Amino acid sequence: MDNRGYYDGFGGAFIPEILVATFDELVDAYMDAKADSGFWREYEQIMSSYSCRPTPLTFAGNLTEHFGGAKIYIKREDLNHTGAHKANNVMGQGLLVKRMGKKRVIAETGAGQHGVATATMAARFGFNCTIYMGEVDVERQRPNVFWMERLGAEVIPVKEGTRILKDAINEAFRDWVTNMDTTHYVLGTACGPHPFPEMVTYFQSIIGKEARKQILELEGVLPKRVYACVGGGSNAMGIFSDFMDDPVELVGVEAGGEGLESSRHASRLSSKDASIGVAQGYKTYFLQDDDGQMKETHSIAAGLDYVGVSPILSHLKETGRVRFEAAMDHEVVDALSFTIRKEGLIPALESSHAFVQAFKEASELSGDDILIINQSGRGDKDIFTVADAFKDPGWEKFIIKKAEGYNA
Amino acid sequence: MLKSYLREQRTKKDILLMTHIVLGYPSFKESFRIVEEMVEAGVDIMELQIPFSEPIADGAVILKANQRSLAAGSTVEKCIAFAEKAIQTFNIPFLFMSYYNILFKYGVRQFAEVMAETGLKGAIVPDLPPEEGAEYIEAMADHKLAPIFIFTPTTSMERMKKIAGYADGFIYCVARRGVTGADTEFSLEFQKYLERCRSATDLPLALGFGVKEKSDIDFLRGKVDIAVVGTQTIRIVEKEGVDAVGGFIRGLRS
Repeated sequence: MDNRGYYDGFGGAFIPEILVATFDELVDAYMDAKADSGFWREYEQIMSSYSCRPTPLTFAGNLTEHFGGAKIYIKREDLNHTGAHKANNVMGQGLLVKRMGKKRVIAETGAGQHGVATATMAARFGFNCTIYMGEVDVERQRPNVFWMERLGAEVIPVKEGTRILKDAINEAFRDWVTNMDTTHYVLGTACGPHPFPEMVTYFQSIIGKEARKQILELEGVLPKRVYACVGGGSNAMGIFSDFMDDPVELVGVEAGGEGLESSRHASRLSSKDASIGVAQGYKTYFLQDDDGQMKETHSIAAGLDYVGVSPILSHLKETGRVRFEAAMDHEVVDALSFTIRKEGLIPALESSHAFVQAFKEASELSGDDILIINQSGRGDKDIFTVADAFKDPGWEKFIIKKAEGYNA
Repeated sequence: MLKSYLREQRTKKDILLMTHIVLGYPSFKESFRIVEEMVEAGVDIMELQIPFSEPIADGAVILKANQRSLAAGSTVEKCIAFAEKAIQTFNIPFLFMSYYNILFKYGVRQFAEVMAETGLKGAIVPDLPPEEGAEYIEAMADHKLAPIFIFTPTTSMERMKKIAGYADGFIYCVARRGVTGADTEFSLEFQKYLERCRSATDLPLALGFGVKEKSDIDFLRGKVDIAVVGTQTIRIVEKEGVDAVGGFIRGLRS
């Protein structure tokens, strides 16, 4: 591997020697696919026939009227098969796995979206599939575990470390260093060693390509700002990448948790708590202590609850090309509730972070300005988490009754 | 120089033993007693692992040891102080083993400097391939410390030769795919792999991952210079206590 995937010092490939040959093979397969003009067509074809691409760009008339400022548009990644942008990356990597002739895929998952997406891809392509998921996340996202298992995947709860997304990534790497001859690791976000940040961004860039074309068709002008939530950073990289050379402000919104002063958050780029480090195979901003030990993170949204962030976003933070903000848990629940009522849309808790920041800024802008929010996933499938976040008494009663039914 | 020490030891013994411990597990006090047991039982060289929260190359046993050590309050400073005391007390070479972030956060140059001041002889950093290690390699050379690099069964001959060009002290040959602590099949294919390692470099060869009993050491005798016992001693300590370590180590080469 000669190109090690550096973005002004961020990124790289800090991999154990046993995986070097596997990464060389992956880089070759990815570069070959990228150079093959038929590959992207095959990818678009499968995304339009198996998922729901192009996803619509929905004008949010009621939200626009309410805030009385910029026109608000919403990119509907929630309408993908399995309900999130994760499908884009997974189907793309699935096509690569076929090209490499491997028969087994493994993945980490936080919220469970990437795990479910990987499991559908594995079912569709006939791959064996193992999903690593932190024990804490297994508890808070049980419905996704149910679907992964129905889809034929083996779900392994990770009991090590903080028992969330980063620990699931470590376990997936441990599996991969053992089984790399047969197995591809479908990393779910634009993090990890090269070529993952670049490759995941490449597949997710379909979001921005569509959104840019759609807004020009609908409005004839580019948006003023584009908002996306940032966990690992794949949906943000996906929608940002096609606007990179335009005069469009790009805003990434991280998990502010219980507040940036509380230390109970997952804000790597918008807080002062993170510093540059090397872990999980790449160099970026991590929430870590002075010795370099990773800290516990917190977010209401499991998919944003991660210590690191895409090295490409760290680079874009340093250059100032992307502005980073944080949304607190309670703001996220309010924005979600408001969006459901006003537009009948149900964004995932993750995606609702982007809505929080857009709502804060919409009224400052004029009616000629346009905002695009990336609704990276749908919230209705996270009913257990969302209902808890809303503290819905009727739901609680239902669950208690349901549980009694099982005990009877 | 580590390399010349190892060569000299090899003239006296047909195979050398390197052992590994996770510092601060079960506690620093017990870590010191484990070192004492090992040195008295004739261990030739030791790697002292500075615990890290994300040890991706390690299996369940060492992973847990890392986490327990950190939970009990281990810090890089405490590990350096431990190494200093061990080096003053025992007359064998000690290496640090850790993941790159520990060095990176400390400052790679400062880390090499403090290693040299403390009297360590080298370091093993399993998530730092030579391509990412330019600063590390230079800093280690400036302080006459050995950067130990790794060969694996998936490493091509061309790459082995390239890696050997950056390495000093010895080459750590990983026995198989996978993480630390699982069994290794010492087969004919494995023997061919060792022959490839041997022909790629003149540096002494150490073999680790899955070495846990006398028959493994017997198999490795004549094929490599150093056998590395890692996870197994942690298991011994967990099951039978610190006092059982010396007997276990003596039994490996008897």
